[in-house]
Amino acid sequence: MKQPEIQLVMGNEAIAGGLLEAGCQVVAAYPGTPSTEILQAVINQRDESDVPLHIEWSVNEKVAFEVALAASYTGKRSAAIMKQVGLNVAADPFMRTAYLGVVGGMVTIVADDPGPHSSQTEQDTRLFCMQARVPVLDPSSPAEAKAMVEPAFALSEKYQRNIVLRPTTRICHSRQSVTVGAVRTIHAPSTFTPDPGRWCATPAFLPGLHTGLNNDLAAIADEPDWQPRLTSGDGSRPRQALVASGIVYAHLLDLLDELDLAGTIDLYQVLMPYPLAPTFIEKLRDGYDRVLVLEETYPVIELQLAHPGGAGKQSGAVPRVGELTPDLVHAVLADFLDLAQPAQSVPAQRGQRPSLCPGCPHRAAFYAIKQTFPEGIFPSDIGCYTLGMNLGAVHTVHCMGACISQGAGFYHAYHLDGGEVPTIVVTIGDSTFFHAGIPALINAVLQQARIIVVILDNGTTAMTGGQPVPHLGVAAGGRPTKAIAIEPLVRAAGVEHLEVCDPYDMSAFTRALKQADRYIRSDDGSVAVVISRRPCVMDPVAKKARRPVTVIVNEECLGCGICVSEFECPAVSLNEELGVAVIDQDRCIGCGVCIDVCPAQAIEIKEQ
Amino acid sequence: MKQQIIVSGIGGQGALFLTRVIAQAAVDLDIPVLTSETHGMAQRGGTVISTIKVGDFASPLIRTGQADVGLLLWESNLAVHRPLLKPGGALLVNAETAGEGDRLDASGIARKLGNAVLSNLVLLGRAVQTKVLFCDEQTCVAAIRKLAPERFVEQNLQAFYEGLHR
Repeated sequence: MKQPEIQLVMGNEAIAGGLLEAGCQVVAAYPGTPSTEILQAVINQRDESDVPLHIEWSVNEKVAFEVALAASYTGKRSAAIMKQVGLNVAADPFMRTAYLGVVGGMVTIVADDPGPHSSQTEQDTRLFCMQARVPVLDPSSPAEAKAMVEPAFALSEKYQRNIVLRPTTRICHSRQSVTVGAVRTIHAPSTFTPDPGRWCATPAFLPGLHTGLNNDLAAIADEPDWQPRLTSGDGSRPRQALVASGIVYAHLLDLLDELDLAGTIDLYQVLMPYPLAPTFIEKLRDGYDRVLVLEETYPVIELQLAHPGGAGKQSGAVPRVGELTPDLVHAVLADFLDLAQPAQSVPAQRGQRPSLCPGCPHRAAFYAIKQTFPEGIFPSDIGCYTLGMNLGAVHTVHCMGACISQGAGFYHAYHLDGGEVPTIVVTIGDSTFFHAGIPALINAVLQQARIIVVILDNGTTAMTGGQPVPHLGVAAGGRPTKAIAIEPLVRAAGVEHLEVCDPYDMSAFTRALKQADRYIRSDDGSVAVVISRRPCVMDPVAKKARRPVTVIVNEECLGCGICVSEFECPAVSLNEELGVAVIDQDRCIGCGVCIDVCPAQAIEIKEQ
Repeated sequence: MKQQIIVSGIGGQGALFLTRVIAQAAVDLDIPVLTSETHGMAQRGGTVISTIKVGDFASPLIRTGQADVGLLLWESNLAVHRPLLKPGGALLVNAETAGEGDRLDASGIARKLGNAVLSNLVLLGRAVQTKVLFCDEQTCVAAIRKLAPERFVEQNLQAFYEGLHR
């Protein structure tokens, strides 16, 4: 058996270690920042388990949740993993699970992204859990997140309830020296016991189930191991308290230490922000006149406390938007304790914006779309290709799969007015297409929306670091599986105009777009699909296959800047002094697409 | 022993790897360590920052004016991340031109070794040479050996030594 040892691990790896050490046997996830590395780390450590594990990258979060849920019905420990907006997708089964419960321990790990750093909202899963009536745990460090996993399973089994572990970006993507122990083996043969009154619960059964849920929540709130932890002050600041949870608690600890205030005021760390014990709420109400509540992102603890002297997001003492950084915590604490305000120091400028990688096939596709349809409407979606907005080829980005339905909505609205409808070109990545694009495509065909859907097929889930997609025939961890091709799915959805094209071939790709436009405007036109197919530049196989060419700017360059402003490749910039374009050879991968973009034939391949 | 370090760059420059090497050095010296990193969309060529807190800390993030050491792989990030450095803090910048801080054309040096991305370890070498970091040569070498993919270990060490002996 492996001896416990200290290792430097990322929060997500720590959580994965916690899952394996707790004997979790079924793990399902859909990638999403900041949660992605959890499942990857489970895959990396799977050989340490004595019992077989089922690990999957599911097609979306709803599916992942349902797979883990049924595994729990058999008595096995299971986990579903997603980012916060993934829980929106899994909301339907998640809400009902609160009523029906689970059997084997089930932990749903939902990673929040206050800020947000890489998300379309900064919603708070703890508030979602309050609405769903699901207990939620809020760790303050990678080590604590790991340490919470086994007790979370135990709590789940004791009450037969799904438990949520909610790390945030600063937990997921922090590294810490953590004790890594042995993987635990639980022999739990699958035994599903049919119980129609529970697993099929019709409305007649629900009041009873709801009552059971309420009773369990009351008992869970009082669980001694999950009560807020008090670090008592020395009495120098009587009848005042600080209450914090998650990473903000860690910021607060360092700050109190640095300001020499540690141990001068009562400090509570809330481990389980929902449900809070009534005894805790009463204790704060009776024991303190003023309470500062620090939490991310919504006032979940503050709302439950409803303290008459409460200071927090509700009261306006704490900013309601964005991440609660150590600087903000300092300002808020200074205000609450009447200390000197920290000096304000605003960075001179914002950092460099992200952009599609040099050589990204999406850039070539976006450039062609924008050039072909300068007056077009361009709904897009979630992924690296959101960055097509830098090229002016992305007009809307909403949530996974929304672009196809939004494209259809644009069409129907313009069509009502009669006359010419602008060309609507939707761009959706391959992974997003499988996740939530297929029902939208069926609907668009059914409703006869005359739109062009460009599926940006780079053969991977690129934004999150390259997880497998269903048409590759590879499952989590490299296990071979049935490949589900995109083309037959598109045709089965009723699409009659389908073309596959390499976006690096600018003229062929442009031709395909024009043909698609003619089709959607023809008498029997409907949805046209163009698959833009070329592997992601980060793909290891594609990297190896790359020919080592050097792209240079010759003396024909006029300094018009089209390659910079319209094509927006990070490897190309304008030298203001010389008035010509220059190529950063450290970043250029030699795709050569900019050769077609230059109107002056000033970019060429340097012969070796 | 307490030290707060920032590593600043743009996505793709190897800021994450440099962060891991420094943090691993702390682990090997038996000092508690916490880091935070930038992942996700910003990694696509955008400004990234890692923080490393060595010693007895609870939070991985660094307040304004608290960093002891700043390692900047991308010079223009000075305008963004300069405020994190404390007055008198050590600042190392990968830059070809003269300006604030201890400057070194780490990318140029790395390019000669075959890959500009090695500038991260060139800068680390310089930081160790000027003794602004908590860790010494041996610890860094061990950490690089531990973390670099096997076929790149020698090249990575070469980059580190280039910075160390310059």
